[in-house]
Amino acid sequence: MEKREVLVLKDILGTNKKIAAGIREKLRTKGILSVNLMSSPGSGKTTLLESLAERFQGRFRMAVIEGDIETERDAERIRAKGIPAWQITTGGACHLEAKMVGKVLAEVPADLDFLFIENVGNLVCPASYDLGESLRFVLLSSPEGDDKPKKYPAAFLSSNVLVLTKADLIPHLPFDPAQARREALEINPRLDIFEVSALTGQGMDGIAAFLISALKKLRSGYA
Amino acid sequence: MHELSLVTSLFEILEAKARDEKALRVTAVTLRVGRLSGVVPELLETAFDTFKKGTIASRAKLRVEIVPLKVRCRSCGKESLADEPVFACSSCASPGLEIMEGQELTLQRMEIEKDD
Repeated sequence: MEKREVLVLKDILGTNKKIAAGIREKLRTKGILSVNLMSSPGSGKTTLLESLAERFQGRFRMAVIEGDIETERDAERIRAKGIPAWQITTGGACHLEAKMVGKVLAEVPADLDFLFIENVGNLVCPASYDLGESLRFVLLSSPEGDDKPKKYPAAFLSSNVLVLTKADLIPHLPFDPAQARREALEINPRLDIFEVSALTGQGMDGIAAFLISALKKLRSGYA
Repeated sequence: MHELSLVTSLFEILEAKARDEKALRVTAVTLRVGRLSGVVPELLETAFDTFKKGTIASRAKLRVEIVPLKVRCRSCGKESLADEPVFACSSCASPGLEIMEGQELTLQRMEIEKDD
């Protein structure tokens, strides 16, 4: 019996990254801007998408892939806005992986402008998994507290956009949006930051305009 | 808590490599885990010990090497190492450090037994 050591040097997330790269390329070729939304449960991901659906209605075509541990509830909420939605129930897994998105992608129509992927509510694990998105959004709602960026740095580090949600509640809470911005920018100075209330509509036009401009960049080949 | 899912991916790589090497058994596995990889080494070990049962690595020992954070300042170019997450340059205090090491999750090497 011979005993020996062999070098492997393989990225454990390599397979996921490869599938994600394939998805990104496929969507880019079709001119579809894909956005991965990450946050804690209850930060307002689905509500943000409902609000965007109202703003894009009749102007842009969007679809949504919903990730949850259980239930079709979020997909039903999106469908109620007339938007096609697919629900991935992970049955316990705390994040979406590229292969789960890849399976659904075959059913997603090709003539879209935006594909939103709402990740499982969790500020930790989803950060490690590239889903083939063009942009990654992290949401932080005012009731969660302005101290979260440094407690969960990976989510903020890997995102392009920070959306501070539930801005209408800020007057009633000890949440300091300037502090949240400062912490997030210390981790990732390239973050674009929006402060919104999907309920009152505050700041929503800004996000819609940002997405439309990102879509134009993607289609002109600069994204 | 996505360690079980990571261990599933780890075993795909491990089993393929063991087949290539015509190994009879895998007796040790070394991972390099970055300080900012989002992985908890203790949970990884528990997941590994659960998953290895009935596989070619059923008696394998897991070794985890923690990779400290290595950052480079985008303003002054200073490189530094840190055991805890850092977000500003230790020299000029600029934010926005480029992370050079500390996010990896690599199956580095394994120890195998094979026929002579």
